Amino acid sequence: MSKLVKPYGDTQNDGKVQLSFTLPVEWSESADEAARQLAGKMGFTDVQVVDGRPIASGFSFFVLYASTPEAIDVENIAAPSARTHAMSMEEIDELIAERIGRKLRIAGACIGTDAHTVGIDAILNMKGYKGDYGLERYRMFETFNLGSQIAVEDLVRFTREHRIDALLASQVVTQKGSDIKNLTALSELLEAEGVRDDVVLICGGPRVTNRLASELGFDAGFGRGTLPSEVAAFIAVTLADRQRLAARR
Amino acid sequence: MQLNVDRERVARCRELAAAIVAPVEAFIAAHSTVSVERAVLRLLGVDGVTPQEVPIPNAIVDTLPPAQRGRGVALAFGKALAETGLDPAALGEAMALGRYTLAEYAQTPEAAARGALRPHVEAALARIDSQRDERAARLERLPQLPPPLLYVIVASGNIYEDRTAAMAAAEAGAQVIAVIRSTGQSLLDFVPFGPTTEGFGGTYATQANFRIMRGALDEIAERLGRYVMLTNYASGLCMPEIAAMAAIERLDMLLNDSMYGILFRDINMKRTFIDQHFSRMLNAYSGIIINTGEDNYLTTADAVDQAPAVLASQFINEEFAHRAGLPDRQIGLGDAYEINPDLEDSFLYQVAQAQLAREIFPEASLKYMPPTKHMTGDVFKGHLIDAMFNLTSVITGQSIHLCGMLTEAIHTPFLGDRALALENARYVMSTARHLGDEIVLRPGGAIERRAEDVLTACEALLQRVAAMGLMNAIESAAFADISRAPEGGRGFEGVFARAGDYWNPFEEALRPSSFDSAQDDKRRTTSASVSA
Repeated sequence: MSKLVKPYGDTQNDGKVQLSFTLPVEWSESADEAARQLAGKMGFTDVQVVDGRPIASGFSFFVLYASTPEAIDVENIAAPSARTHAMSMEEIDELIAERIGRKLRIAGACIGTDAHTVGIDAILNMKGYKGDYGLERYRMFETFNLGSQIAVEDLVRFTREHRIDALLASQVVTQKGSDIKNLTALSELLEAEGVRDDVVLICGGPRVTNRLASELGFDAGFGRGTLPSEVAAFIAVTLADRQRLAARR
Repeated sequence: MQLNVDRERVARCRELAAAIVAPVEAFIAAHSTVSVERAVLRLLGVDGVTPQEVPIPNAIVDTLPPAQRGRGVALAFGKALAETGLDPAALGEAMALGRYTLAEYAQTPEAAARGALRPHVEAALARIDSQRDERAARLERLPQLPPPLLYVIVASGNIYEDRTAAMAAAEAGAQVIAVIRSTGQSLLDFVPFGPTTEGFGGTYATQANFRIMRGALDEIAERLGRYVMLTNYASGLCMPEIAAMAAIERLDMLLNDSMYGILFRDINMKRTFIDQHFSRMLNAYSGIIINTGEDNYLTTADAVDQAPAVLASQFINEEFAHRAGLPDRQIGLGDAYEINPDLEDSFLYQVAQAQLAREIFPEASLKYMPPTKHMTGDVFKGHLIDAMFNLTSVITGQSIHLCGMLTEAIHTPFLGDRALALENARYVMSTARHLGDEIVLRPGGAIERRAEDVLTACEALLQRVAAMGLMNAIESAAFADISRAPEGGRGFEGVFARAGDYWNPFEEALRPSSFDSAQDDKRRTTSASVSA
């Protein structure tokens, strides 16, 4: 099975895209032409520079429309989501009570130098996000929000000392790959300390995808728009499954 | 546009703020911190790093024996000045190399120390005076466009890239440039040294970086015929030192909040209260406009619920600022456009809050901050929300306007993002420049009722805080649902009680009561002013 698609402007397969970028040149008509040719080198056809203008000395801004000759087979894309278990808070609490039979201990933090707690707070704080209650409100979770700028070493120590079941690492600042470095450091240190398999390891942030998370050695990654119940369900289902497998062994 | 604000209630809120701050002020007067003492050395001209890369002001303050610390660093350093005959910068460098120590001059008479320090204290104040006069002269010659002053951030991590970005932004209409600090600098108990080209989410605040950016903005200001202001952060563990460096390098604004570090960076509250006071005394003298951080209440909790906390914090910040000698026009009280855009009539709530602040603090340089919490990767919707924020700002007469970026949730701004943001703000503010003058709010209508509710709840919150005391109130999570203990958090080890013979020559010179009226008049004409 395959299904090839192109971007849709107003006609099937017209391949229309919209682009905007800045070039470090003074604006002139030849700057517009440079922008047009650059889009051509990117592989686009039917390039139209619909706006080109100076935005500062030595810098010009362009808006373009163009067509791409490329198509993509949408039937053969693998991007598994961790947001698959649609359950309510009550259902999740019930699942934990029945299948695990004890409260789960959850720790969350913004790691490294990241001070942006908006993501982790949305998931953990009682109030939650978009009317979906945060993990602190769940009967079957005991939650520790360690806040911002937590060193990876401290988080691993906390995990061990408090026998944490699920660990949530948030990264909002992504400049120069700092998020990747911090997240990698966390999964590697847990591994080195021999506690990686004792926790459900989760990362989150506006640029995080589940695919990136699994590449970095996490159990799941949650991106923008994630609801607390989606994270809670993943934790509950994963730990319940692990418990079942352990019982079978 | 005019709200029917209950003036008696406003007066009661101010009385409550005074009652809240007074006991903290008494605590402040009895204590100092390592950062205050390091700022004293920096003002005297001590700078540079030791061969082990420790900033010399830190190295010297750290050699004060615990028993001596309570007297402050000035006397001990003054004794060494008197005995060595060196100037402060040269003495600092010699101490960094271990050639002299503070301990060897313990027996020197205090009178000699005071005498040796006096010309350097006077020179330091004269240097700040001349920068204040320089600012006034430039503002006169290169007048800014009318408020709201358009303010953008640069944050590449590399001061030389920041310089390019800042000059481009100024050409695109920016009137204030803030260099965002590297994430985590607020938690460093020292100020890094020299020009820097690497940082995360921002660029380190160093004196060399301040100078590079000041030079760039002065250059572009001449080309544009209008002054461009420079902003940095006197927050975190080094508030007084940053304020000292900013005074010397002629920054125009500093982010400087009395409680932000406590709540949002877990910095010890005693440390913060002491540090904010001395840093604000310096800011008052150097003509720098402080920007307070009320936006943080709105981003960490629900913006509709937190509105009274924003106003309460504004009252408290105002009171702390007045007690440090800051006149209203140098107080940039903060607020932000952070209500969920999906909420029906959220625009009405935003207008109510912004107009309420304008009327309660008519002379303050109000700082209005853009939507961040509800910005997504949808840049098109983001640009639209920013336009509504821009409209609110111009119709309610805000003074300092931090332009929202359509890429807020995506990355630190690109050069093109900043140009688009400035274009958005310039368009909206021009097309609706006098709309606020034409609007009559319906008495008892939704906007007026919202403002009244916020003010009423603010008074209740201030009453609760006043009854508990500010430190206990913070511990009981009265602000932003965050609890901090009086002796918890970072930097508490740097707080110490003043001995009976504690001496800080700058504090003595800058104490608000020591300004005579002539000086005050001079300050009035020379400090930056952006009140609408």
